[in-house]
Amino acid sequence: MVPFIIRRLIGMVAVLFGVSVLVFIVFILLPGGDPAERMAGKNPTPQNIVNIREKWGFDRPFYVQYVKMMQKAGTGLLPGPHGEYDILRSFDTRQDVVHEIKKGIPATFSLCIGAGIIWLVFGILVGVFSAVKAGRWSDRLITTFALIGVSMPVFWLGLVLRYFLAEKPAHPRFPDGGYVPLTTDPAEWALHLILPWFCLSVLFIGFYGRVLRSNMLDTMNEDYVRTARAKGLRSNQILMRHVLRNSLIPIVSLFGLDFAAVLGGGAILTETVFDLKGVGWYAAQSVGGLDLPPIMGVTLYGSFFIVLFSALVDFFYAYLDPRIRPT
Amino acid sequence: MAEPATDLPFDSAAFLASEEHEVAIVGRSPWYLAWRRLRRNYFALFSLFVFVLIVACCALAPVYARHVAHTGPNEVHVSEKVKVDGKLTPVVGGGSYYDAKTNRFVVKAPTYLGPTWWHANGRFVLGTDNLGRDVAVRLLYGGLNSLKIGIGSALICTFVAVFLALLGGYFGGWIDWIVSRFFDLIWAFPVLLLAIALGSALAVNGFHHFGISIEPGSLWIPTLVISYVLIPYVGRPVRGQVLSLREKEFVEAAIGGGAGPLRVMFSDLLPNIASTVLVFFTLIIANNILTEAGLSFLGAGVRLPDPSWGNLIASGQDQIQTAPWLALVPGIAIVLTVLSLNIFGDGLRDALDPRAKVRIEH
Repeated sequence: MVPFIIRRLIGMVAVLFGVSVLVFIVFILLPGGDPAERMAGKNPTPQNIVNIREKWGFDRPFYVQYVKMMQKAGTGLLPGPHGEYDILRSFDTRQDVVHEIKKGIPATFSLCIGAGIIWLVFGILVGVFSAVKAGRWSDRLITTFALIGVSMPVFWLGLVLRYFLAEKPAHPRFPDGGYVPLTTDPAEWALHLILPWFCLSVLFIGFYGRVLRSNMLDTMNEDYVRTARAKGLRSNQILMRHVLRNSLIPIVSLFGLDFAAVLGGGAILTETVFDLKGVGWYAAQSVGGLDLPPIMGVTLYGSFFIVLFSALVDFFYAYLDPRIRPT
Repeated sequence: MAEPATDLPFDSAAFLASEEHEVAIVGRSPWYLAWRRLRRNYFALFSLFVFVLIVACCALAPVYARHVAHTGPNEVHVSEKVKVDGKLTPVVGGGSYYDAKTNRFVVKAPTYLGPTWWHANGRFVLGTDNLGRDVAVRLLYGGLNSLKIGIGSALICTFVAVFLALLGGYFGGWIDWIVSRFFDLIWAFPVLLLAIALGSALAVNGFHHFGISIEPGSLWIPTLVISYVLIPYVGRPVRGQVLSLREKEFVEAAIGGGAGPLRVMFSDLLPNIASTVLVFFTLIIANNILTEAGLSFLGAGVRLPDPSWGNLIASGQDQIQTAPWLALVPGIAIVLTVLSLNIFGDGLRDALDPRAKVRIEH
């Protein structure tokens, strides 16, 4: 197990390196033009541009620029005040990007952890129910709903929910967007998050339900299930111990990656629609003004979560199934 | 040539069958068998019909604009009036105006002409937006852009992904290593964030590298961005399939028969993964339309004033209290399109993979 973990950790570092190089290419090399001028924001002084060019190494080869960029991203993580050119700063507002991302984390985590629990539980329920009832009208009905769920744009569903439940009624039951910290008022916190939780979960419930249904139906055809039936086990026992347990393995890895993606700012659409001032919301605010550093910061932050979680999923897999370890 | 051992003709089974019951066994290709299964799935066929209908409607957007609505997608009609059921109604009402009788400026909340359906001779069928533009015309043009991007990026994405998967799966070794790491790298980003990053980085100055020049407002930017970020989602499963096919005897036989790598890849391996690729292609169009909508909603896809279903919803968002149809209608269009593609894709998979048929009958 130990060599496997070491090998996997080395692979993780390699992917993180690749990610940072790709981020560097996308944000510094791809846009073209003089990066220093872009970075100086609106109405810069010539001295400002010269300073940035020197601090970011834009007059030097690309690998020096890459190292400088990573240094600044790293310096931002350290506590304490930072100089004007030492860290990633927004083009427009000159705010510290890492600091702004940290401010968004409570809202994003509240949204994602709640939604994650909801979609995992209901996704499994939908999958098991429709697999057990496969072919009957109740299965048809529930799979049709699941299909509609995966076909809806998340932000549109959010808008519709917000309009009909929080804006149109004379006495709305739900607040019209926004986020209240858990420490301020737990009841308001939950009330503000009910619609976003639902909205973010719908797509995943539909998707997980469909995946689990077809996995379970495949597993029911396996020889060991037939053997279990031949041994005289009760059908509920077969369903829980043999079918569901084996069908859940792919769901574990799906959940690990999807959960990491939404934690890392992948819930950007839900956060934007409901004015939840989270990490994804922060990136979305910067799109309109083409303010690249916040988007760059959030992209790095998000991929960090995905890489970390996919390693964790692999460890969990290796723990569950020893056959995976050698590869 | 030696005589055959018996006096039966070569296709003995067909010959015997024709002797017995006056029926011949006809060789049927797997594609024909799949078509026969699909033909019986009325639900999937109906979905295909809906999708084709939506595509046709959007393709006819210029005709509709010119001959029915008599306006273009970006023409404003703020200060005009139209006859609805013979009654003259302002397209955009309210705002501030000078009232000569009371000699005062009056300020009223703006009102937008709602859906007229067919009561205004085909004008403003789905109402107007805050600039007095015809929503139905913008919806069709927006659909045209969304479908162009969705289908175009699905084509590019599937083509590149299948090519890379064949390359990696066939050659193995370091080529496969590079292909897999490339997939891993894109896989390591949240899809929408990478798309937004690329979309907004390219929106600054467009793309001017390697002798290719794309202007910032071009539809090519969202098309290429979406196809790029989704490559591993098609490439990974296809590569897995190629890897297992690579070990099959028929590939060995083809190589033994003197076939080169290209020949093996395209005439032995490709036909065997074609059904998977076809299903992926259908489902990835649906996925790409959703991704485009999200991207344009956030402002990193199709840029205003060019309409697309995503940015129509985004601009309708601010007026949802006064003119809810602005955000609702494009969303319904997206749901219908994506749903029809998903149902058809499912049907196609069931038809091409008969094992799925066994599943349903459990």
